[in-house]
Amino acid sequence: MLNCKQASELVSQSLDQPLPWSKRIQLRFHLLICKFCMRFMKQMHGMKKAATQLQQSIESDDSIKLSDSAKQKIQDQLKDQ
Amino acid sequence: MTATVNEWVNEHGDYLYRFALARLRDTHQAEDVVQETFLAAVKSNSFSGQSSARTWLTGILKHKIIDMQRKLFKEPTLSDLSSNDDAEINLDDFFDDTGHWSDKIADWDSPDEALTQKQFLGILEACVDKLPKRLASIYLMRDIHETDNEEICKDLSITPTNAWVMLYRARMSLRKCLELNWVKD
Repeated sequence: MLNCKQASELVSQSLDQPLPWSKRIQLRFHLLICKFCMRFMKQMHGMKKAATQLQQSIESDDSIKLSDSAKQKIQDQLKDQ
Repeated sequence: MTATVNEWVNEHGDYLYRFALARLRDTHQAEDVVQETFLAAVKSNSFSGQSSARTWLTGILKHKIIDMQRKLFKEPTLSDLSSNDDAEINLDDFFDDTGHWSDKIADWDSPDEALTQKQFLGILEACVDKLPKRLASIYLMRDIHETDNEEICKDLSITPTNAWVMLYRARMSLRKCLELNWVKD
């Protein structure tokens, strides 16, 4: 029987690689009977999704620019090449 | 080549900077890796034109970002050491002696609407920036840059067990931080 600590570790690991089937079954069984770990798992998946959205929102934010001084510095350095 | 790269600075500089900023979360470090990318582009002189200039530059930038992350991971600065020590996150605080949650796990409002979603991302950003630097690095590599674990272990010279323990610690702290700042229970 897994406890919540072990279940939460498996949830985190499952975000990075597929769990072996025995662990997967143990985790699924624990989640059936544990409301908190079920919430925890949903939150972990939500956080993972949010991380991707955060990355995309920064990459597509046109208001974030390389400063003119930084550009100038780079171009000055390129001249010396 | 230098003239072309000069144009690229104007054309792709902002994009590369945002790409780096999303992964490093530090304006100076992001500027540094973008600068190194353009210098490397001039030196290598190997742009074949088969892919777009942006794709080619992004490929160079990815390597520069990994180099920077490796450096930051291995040589934390003095200010990193004095503040936010990794040891401050004690996983035992989250569980009781029998391995059950010490505090109940709240039911979060799901951030579905665009506005609340934006707020949620803002809190996530603030929480990531509060993480101990080494945990933040590995979290950003895995969950923002989506590097696979094997690659992370190779890049940072750590074992798979190290990697999952650090990711677990990072995610547990982030979850706690989000819960404190997001949930209106």
